[in-house]
Order: sequence, then structure tokens, then C-alpha cells
Amino acid sequence: MTNQKLEKFGYRVRRQALEMALKAGGGHLAPAFSSVEIITFLYCSFLKVDPKNPQWPDRDRFILSKGHGCLALYPVLAQLGFFPKDKLMTFAQPGSFLGGHSDRSVPGVEVNTGSLGHGLSLAVGMALARRIDQKDYRVVAVLSDGECQEGSTWEAIQFAGHHGLDHLTAIVDYNKFQSLGPVKEILTLEPFVKRWESFGWAAREADGHDFASLKTAFAGLPLAQGKPSVIIAHTIKGKGVSFMENQPIWHYRTPNKEETPIAFEEINRKCGE
Amino acid sequence: MRNAFNEAMCELARQDKRVILVVGDIGTLVFDSFRKDFPDRFLNAGVAEANMIGLAAGLALSGKIPFVYTINSFMAMRAFEHLRDDICFQNVPVKLVGVGAGLSYGSLGCTHHTLEDMAMMRAVPNLTLISPADPLEAKKVAESVLHWPHPAYIRLAKAGEPMLYKGDYAYQIGRAVTMRQGRDAAIVATGAILRNVLEAADKLAESGISTRVINMHTIKPLDTEIIIKAAKETRAVVSVEEHSIIGGLGSAVAETLLETTGLGLVNFKRIGIKDQFCHDYGSQAQLWEKYGLGVETIIQTIKTLLERRSARQEKIKTGKR
Repeated sequence: MTNQKLEKFGYRVRRQALEMALKAGGGHLAPAFSSVEIITFLYCSFLKVDPKNPQWPDRDRFILSKGHGCLALYPVLAQLGFFPKDKLMTFAQPGSFLGGHSDRSVPGVEVNTGSLGHGLSLAVGMALARRIDQKDYRVVAVLSDGECQEGSTWEAIQFAGHHGLDHLTAIVDYNKFQSLGPVKEILTLEPFVKRWESFGWAAREADGHDFASLKTAFAGLPLAQGKPSVIIAHTIKGKGVSFMENQPIWHYRTPNKEETPIAFEEINRKCGE
Repeated sequence: MRNAFNEAMCELARQDKRVILVVGDIGTLVFDSFRKDFPDRFLNAGVAEANMIGLAAGLALSGKIPFVYTINSFMAMRAFEHLRDDICFQNVPVKLVGVGAGLSYGSLGCTHHTLEDMAMMRAVPNLTLISPADPLEAKKVAESVLHWPHPAYIRLAKAGEPMLYKGDYAYQIGRAVTMRQGRDAAIVATGAILRNVLEAADKLAESGISTRVINMHTIKPLDTEIIIKAAKETRAVVSVEEHSIIGGLGSAVAETLLETTGLGLVNFKRIGIKDQFCHDYGSQAQLWEKYGLGVETIIQTIKTLLERRSARQEKIKTGKR
């Protein structure tokens, strides 16, 4: 897909996510919005997956360790045909398989996440299995920045670096905000790139909302032979809706009656219809 | 028990290529033969339990059969949330093996004791909880969980446990084993403490009190049938566990007894660690003695219960209140 097409795809994901959250009466919208281009890029331009065969043994494995970003994932999976699009509006309602944190009951979702600091270890296990079986698939995990405050995340980072799991790629949705405020004020991650590198990873930075930048970052993975790779994607929490961007209050908040039409108007402008 | 476990692991690895053993940086000498024979299926995760459990779940999701092994207190508690979320919530057949349950590490102090794990594990859905009594049983447990489709938690003792079974027997997850028959009293126990329980039962038999001993190796799912039968057929039921009396085997037995109709007033008492940290040092057997798990304590508890039952029946007979 061209970058332009990808951009429109991404904004349609945002629109869908907003509709879902409004119907359900809640959702982690702003956190999802910072992940939209990353997830769109992965599914449309990078991961080898088969929507008609989600268990295809040689598929690439994708783990949304940032489980609360699932509103950015479900519309992508539906659009690609992992499950019917009409299921999206059942989000977070009784009887639905689509909940506030992605889990394996959703076709295409590999693991149950929701508590931060778990996904990368699950990814490590899968990367180990790949190595034992000498297969060729990739394991890719999207992490949140807040999640990199969890000690367990660094256990996984240590292990992967030490064992040189070079079929493992992590992407950090580095939107610089956590729940109560900016990361740098609460528990800074800087120097972020250096930290990963010191644990034996090869690191690259990217603009997490720019498809050209993402394509460049992902070209020719692994970034270094014998090392796992991390793409630190600089993003904006709430990206796509001006009043949600970089505002902590929007961590788990849906637009009210006045805000909703503005949000849709801004998103629709970029959907290209 | 840990040597029996290693032996079992070697056989299982031979049997099924998917078996992987993941350890938390323990097991010098213990796993030497496994490491020699299956070097590519032995993984030391280092001192990092959360990642160890998570990667085991990832291995299981990729079709492997992971056995995870470390000291029981760390296995159960260090990364309990990971155990719950990655393994039980996802319902993947990972076998979590804790060595040194209860007071096995008698010289090392409270951080290495586990007196809470059964209470914790009982409350987690999808988890099978097993506590073998001797090395033979530990081996059978390992074999029985190989293709068990649910998450399993196995609490092993450590080393030097005597063989409690006189010979081979048929082991089945969830089916308790009656090790002594008896009609006066019944003891429901689990794990290495069965050694004291059997000694107590044999001494009681000498003084004319016939005591049934039930080895409840599987705490979850509990063999409730055998408990109810014991309550109906004896005059006193006692639980014994190397664990807090809160939330473990005793509580499980009590829940069954209280919720079963037709048993009348069950004469029951829990024997276990009385909600305290065991600050003293010594051998496991010495700590058992000190903290209420000694042979004499078990004997006295049963005698007291039987006297209480007789006294109650006397009151009823003579119409006294």
C-alpha cells in the first residue's frame, strides 16, 4: 500500500475506534490513537499473516503487550478479514469477544494481555520456540512506554539481549504520557535508546505516525545480526483529535456531546472519502 | 524428591520431544543428567521469575511442553500475577514445579518457607494443584502431568524423604490414596508431612485407635468423595498440612464437610502452621516438631477429638445440656 493509502486506512481505524468506544460508553481511545499507524503499518506492510488461517504455523506472531491499545487493533483485524466487521460495534458489551484488553478469543490475537509487563516475556517464549524449531517467522511486540517502568519488562529485555533473539522485534509506542502525567515527570525512561542498547538490543528511532519513517525503520530487520531489535516510535497520545493530544485527562475518556462532533470532523477530514 | 523429579524429567524428555525444562537458576547437580542428555531443552532463565513464567507460557502457546522449576516460595509468590494471567487465564498447559515446599529449607529462614501457596493456588481457576508425599509419588506426578491439558502447580519437598509407599500403586490426578484403613479416626494429609502422619497413625493403632490415613496428593481438584466417606465412617477427622491452617488443605476439607448434608456435627480439626512465620532454624523434622506438626501433636489432637465426641454422645444419652 502507498503511504497515502495507509494514512487514510489509519484514520478510518481511528473513526471506527471512536464509534466503538462511544457505543460501549468507554475505552482507552487516546492510548489507541498513538498506536494506530504502528499497527496499521505492521498488518498492512510487514507481518506475514493469513486472516483466513489465523493459526497458520509459519505466520509472524504479533503481540499487543500494550493490551489497552486494542481499539487500534480490532478495526485493523476486522478490515483484513480476521472476523466480520459487524462484530466491532459489540465492543465491551455482554456476549462480545471484543473487550477492553485484547485476548485470544479474538481471531488473530495471539495472547491475553491487559496487565502491563507481560507481553514481551510471552514474545520471548515464542521467539525461543522458533529458534528450537528452526523456523523463520518473526515475533513482534508493541509495548507502551509506561510498561517499560515494569521490572518484568526489563527481565524480558535482559533475557532477549543475552540470548540474542534476533527474530524478536519490539516497538515502543513512545507517546511520553502515562496515566497521571508525563513519563519524564513520573519515572523517566531516558536515556531510553541507550538503556535498550546497554541490554544487548539494536535500537532505532522512528516517527510513529509517519509511514515512510516506519518503513525505513523496519527495512532489513534485524537491525543487527544476533541481537533483538527495538524500534522506539515517537508518537502522540490522542493523535488525530486536537483536544485529546498530549492531555493526561484523556487516558481513559470518551468525548462528550460537545466534543464528539469535533472529534469526528477532524478524523473524517483525513479519511479520504 | 528433586532427584526423583529429575529422573522423571529425563524419561519424559525422551518420551516427548516437546518437553522443555526451564529453571530459575537453581538445581546444581540435580539436573546434571537432564542437561547432559537434552542440552537444547534445558533453559536457565536466571533470577527473573516473571520473565521465566511468561516465556514458559509463550513456549506452551508455541506447542512446547514446559516444566518450570525453582524454589517453591519464588515459584508461587514472586510472580503470582504472571502465574495467574499468563498461564491460568490463558489456560496453557505449563507445569510449575516448586521445590522445598513448607519448611523444607529449615536452615534458611522464612523467605524460603512456603506456608501460603496452597491457599493462593486454590483460588486460581484452571489450576491443578498437586503435592506428592514421597519420591515415588513425585515421579508419578511428573509422568501424569506430561499431557495434562491444564496448568499444573506441583509442590515438591526437597531431598532425603523416606519412601512412604510400600510398593507400586496406581496414581491418578484427583484420586486420593488411602494409606491406612481405619474406623475410629481419619487423617487427611498432603505432602512430606505424611511421614509424621503415618507414624502417628501407627502409634494410635498400638493404643487401640484405628486411624485411617488419606493421602490427598491433589488438593485441586479435591477428592471430596473420600473425605465425605471418612466423615461418615469415622468419629473424628483431622487435616494435616505443612502449610498455614488458613486457606490450604484443612480449609478445603472443612468446606466440603460443612457443605455436605447428612453428616451431622463433624468432629474436625485442622493441623498446620498457626498463622505465624516460623522464625526458628533446624532440620525440617525439627521445625515440624516446634511448630505443631510433630507426631505427638497429631496423636493428641485425635485423642482429644475422640474424647470430645464421646463426651458429647454421653451428654445426649443422659439428656444433660
